[in-house]
Amino acid sequence: MENYLSILIKSVFIENLALAFFLGMCTFLALSKKISTAIGLGVAVIVVQGLTVPVNNLIYQHLLKEGALAWAGLPNADLSFLGLISYIGVIAAIVQILEMFLDRFVPALYAALGIFLPLITVNCAIMGGSLFMVERDYGFGESVTYGLGSGIGWALAIAALAGVREKLKYSDVPDGLQGLGITFITVGLMSLGFMAFSGIQL
Amino acid sequence: MAQSQAMKVLTEPLVNNNPIALQILGICSALAVTNQVATALLMSVALTAVTACSNFSISLIRNHIPSSIRIIVQMTIIASLVIVVDQLLKAFAYDLAKSMSVFVGLIITNCIVMGRAEAFAMKEPPGLAFLDGIGNGLGYSLILLLVATIRELFGSGSLLGYQILPLASAGGWYVPLGIMLLPPSAFFIIGFLIWGLRSWKPEQNEEADYQIHQVHRTEVV
Repeated sequence: MENYLSILIKSVFIENLALAFFLGMCTFLALSKKISTAIGLGVAVIVVQGLTVPVNNLIYQHLLKEGALAWAGLPNADLSFLGLISYIGVIAAIVQILEMFLDRFVPALYAALGIFLPLITVNCAIMGGSLFMVERDYGFGESVTYGLGSGIGWALAIAALAGVREKLKYSDVPDGLQGLGITFITVGLMSLGFMAFSGIQL
Repeated sequence: MAQSQAMKVLTEPLVNNNPIALQILGICSALAVTNQVATALLMSVALTAVTACSNFSISLIRNHIPSSIRIIVQMTIIASLVIVVDQLLKAFAYDLAKSMSVFVGLIITNCIVMGRAEAFAMKEPPGLAFLDGIGNGLGYSLILLLVATIRELFGSGSLLGYQILPLASAGGWYVPLGIMLLPPSAFFIIGFLIWGLRSWKPEQNEEADYQIHQVHRTEVV
């Protein structure tokens, strides 16, 4: 239990995907102009991340890992080189299924998240979450925790950035820094702030 | 004519239409691998190769891809190329590849590759698309190497692992700036690079959302 709590805290604050590993930066910078958009995207990332990381974990542990195919009579098979293409396939498929499911059963949520879902397939945070899960060799329970935690961390970061940027539009920014430039500086300062969490030992 | 167009496709992304500074593409990996010049160099080569090859192959079959499934076709081609690069790196540069951790795999979701495939390779012939891939790869490499040089030189006083500035801890005079090796510095350096680039080429400036009106005190009173 303590282990899970530690993974959760670590993935939300200390190893924040956006601010410490720079994952999902493209959407992070492009869609953080309004708080409502940012929160919509954040929720979509939490849901997709919470689903894809555990599913990819199952695929890795039971199909791809060295010796994982022993149940099929192939104890020496090592398919881990197929990892990248399987994870991206799983992510694309889950996003598609989720989109159809929401459209059919939860139209309100679909209307809110609709435009962000396809974008998520190419969001590096999702792919990065799965790759970190493989690199750290998480078990199934840990991967559920890690998926949710890293999603929440990313959502928190984009919501906070959108809040800052909504206020920022009233400030007098030098011409060359307008837009992208000042956003980078702001994210840098936020990242400095989040580094304060790195002293936490769990 | 054909020559000048090829030249334009190749050089345009370096400064005038830089993928990182202007198109906001491929920033994720740009920031993460830049604390050493060696990893940045390897990443640049890997990305340029993948972009060029994926542009070329997608452009070859562009007339046969039904538009409704084009994304998944592009994804498959890109993912296969990245697997090849990943395996090559693991075979010939194992230590460096290890230190880049997940970022080689993340070339798949690097928006430059996908973006150029969608915006350029789906419309243009293979030769031009190949050059466009190289050009955008070089534009990305340019920023990456600049940032990596600044971070490694000031963060650990070395370039490509060779000590340039003698460190105070080893009897020299240079006290390294620890922050250069930490994530925030990458954001600051790219922010300032963009500022510099846009001061040089003002046509890249973005419009302000709200124009701040100059008010003189006499008007208010």
